Amino acid sequence: MSSNQEPINTFSSRLVVLPEANIDTDQIIPARFLTTTTKAGLGKVAFNDWRYNNDGSLKADCILNIIDPEEHRILVGGNNFGCGSSREHAPWALTDYGFKAVISTEIADIFRSNSLKNGLLPIVVPQDIHDKLTKNPQQRVTIDLEACELRFEDGTVFVFQIDAFSRQCLLEGVDAMGWILNRVSSIEAYEQRTGKAAA
Amino acid sequence: MSSTAKSLFEKVWERHIVEDESADKPAVLYIDLHLVHEVTSPQAFSELDARGLKVRRPDRTFATLDHSIPTLAPDANGERPYFTPQAKIQVETLEQNTKNHGVKLFGWDSDNRGVVHVIGPDMGLTQPGFTVVCGDSHTSTHGAFGCIAFGIGTSEVGHVLATQCLTQRKPKTMRITVNGTLQKGVTGKDVALAIIQRLGFGGGTGYALEYAGSVIESLDMEGRMTVCNLSIEAGARCGMIAPDQTTVEWLRGRAYAPKGEAFEAAAADWLTLKSDEGAVFDKEITIDGSAIEPMATWGTTPDQGGAIRAGVPLPSNENDVKALKYMGLTGGDSRDVAKVDVVFIGSCTNGRLADLRAAAEVMRGRHVAEGVRMLVVPGSEKVRLEAVAEGLDKVFEEAGAEWRLPGCSMCIAMNGDFVAPGQLAVSTSNRNFEGRQGPGSRTVLASPATAAASAIAGHVADPRQYIA
Ligand code: SF4
Repeated sequence: MSSNQEPINTFSSRLVVLPEANIDTDQIIPARFLTTTTKAGLGKVAFNDWRYNNDGSLKADCILNIIDPEEHRILVGGNNFGCGSSREHAPWALTDYGFKAVISTEIADIFRSNSLKNGLLPIVVPQDIHDKLTKNPQQRVTIDLEACELRFEDGTVFVFQIDAFSRQCLLEGVDAMGWILNRVSSIEAYEQRTGKAAA
Repeated sequence: MSSTAKSLFEKVWERHIVEDESADKPAVLYIDLHLVHEVTSPQAFSELDARGLKVRRPDRTFATLDHSIPTLAPDANGERPYFTPQAKIQVETLEQNTKNHGVKLFGWDSDNRGVVHVIGPDMGLTQPGFTVVCGDSHTSTHGAFGCIAFGIGTSEVGHVLATQCLTQRKPKTMRITVNGTLQKGVTGKDVALAIIQRLGFGGGTGYALEYAGSVIESLDMEGRMTVCNLSIEAGARCGMIAPDQTTVEWLRGRAYAPKGEAFEAAAADWLTLKSDEGAVFDKEITIDGSAIEPMATWGTTPDQGGAIRAGVPLPSNENDVKALKYMGLTGGDSRDVAKVDVVFIGSCTNGRLADLRAAAEVMRGRHVAEGVRMLVVPGSEKVRLEAVAEGLDKVFEEAGAEWRLPGCSMCIAMNGDFVAPGQLAVSTSNRNFEGRQGPGSRTVLASPATAAASAIAGHVADPRQYIA
């Protein structure tokens, strides 16, 4: 099967912690950057208004300007991460910046669905695990998608939930468009059965 | 009670199952109506083109221009004042994509162009029992007609273009019953803000909502659309209301609605779309609608709001403290302390004719306060023409407001209509996030009547003092 995303399995990384609750997709990528007609290069405007001053210079105190994205593949956000607009530009911007996973105590539905289609793994954790993550952004944690495990350096293991189909797609880099295109006989049967076939 | 009792959501869901879900596979769900706009579609069409695919059902796909387009008239040469060259390219890309794929575009030359969630219902494209999707989170609006309607990302826009289907997991269900009778001056917007305040900003995550109860039944279709529109602001992808006689009469005679006997047959079916007695929901909440007052937000998420009369509350947690600081408000103050700079009336939440009428009723014979900039942006070309026919444009202009061409405008602030840094706006739109209406903008969400009253008073004001 052809694929438009790299398979994900196991990786280890340090963390970027953005503790604010309700980080919406307007924060992740402001609307004025949505006039693009491609997906490419949005990492430089990820969290634009958090990272840049009005004159375009970098804000020195913003964590996203300080860390090395290569070393920090996991974003730990406050509760209800990714709420608001359905723009898929949000996961496009985050993956282009370098993130491979987003962790929060709650992740908004549409953002979660968009992330899964772009090789960005959304993981929901309980408060105590969240606290353990936010306390020390410099720690390395390991995400093992095959085993659905989030592993800490001290040996703590948290087993996360993920929809079985989405997990399989991420592990194998399955092409979602190809998968649904293969449903064509069911789709035709449905259209016939319900009188919805094209006139 | 029979265990086969079904909810409205379940009835509509079952009608659209192409392949049922199982533990290791999502459902394949058929989509009756797909609405497309310039901002979230270009990459989806590119995907189809790269694979040599065609749009499977151009007859179920309709496009319009709304998000990034200017709301000012073209110049003498017919040039539209696009905010950036890129915005123009995006519009031209949709024009080309729809042409290539034989999709109907309600474009610049159409009397039906407008915000997607205004034009779908207006033309009768949206019909009870449909599944409706669009690359826009406020697609929940169409749930007012008893549709399962929800926002999707661009990858999914591609899936629907190519197959007319989506893979979906069935969400949990929640019924929100609003009992009682609304007080005078209280609108669908106030009901929605009260519901969101109760549920919390993420309180609807993972649920499909059904709104029910005497207050919901008493709302006109415009009010119901406002309520369903704001479902996503409680985190719910979709919110719906059972069709009734109000729905049927509203749809009768609309361009794309069935005609004659076919309409009567369809209407009879639509009226069966309601939750059976004994239907089980994963969660149920009840709200006393009689207690709802004109509402306004004071924070940076839509649940941070309350009755205008109650003033700005004291912060009860860290989020509140942060939000008040951003908004430049002080907990404990009354709402007339903070000066309003901008008032925006429009959007898919409150840009319909009924909304413009409600604002005009407050504005008539009055003038916006010194220093307030007021923008009135009809939700569609049809709304604009109807408003002009009633003279509403004159009411607004005489009151000192700017009367614009239809579009999303200041709701999303990507077309050049924005609120300047630090300015306080009262807006009839749906999101008061930091920077939503422009970098550094501060947004108070309220109803059209409240927005109009605030324009006159120069601060957030209860509209009841201006309504006869
Ligand atoms: S008016 Fe606002 S919320 Fe509605 S479709 Fe346009 S941008 Fe989205």
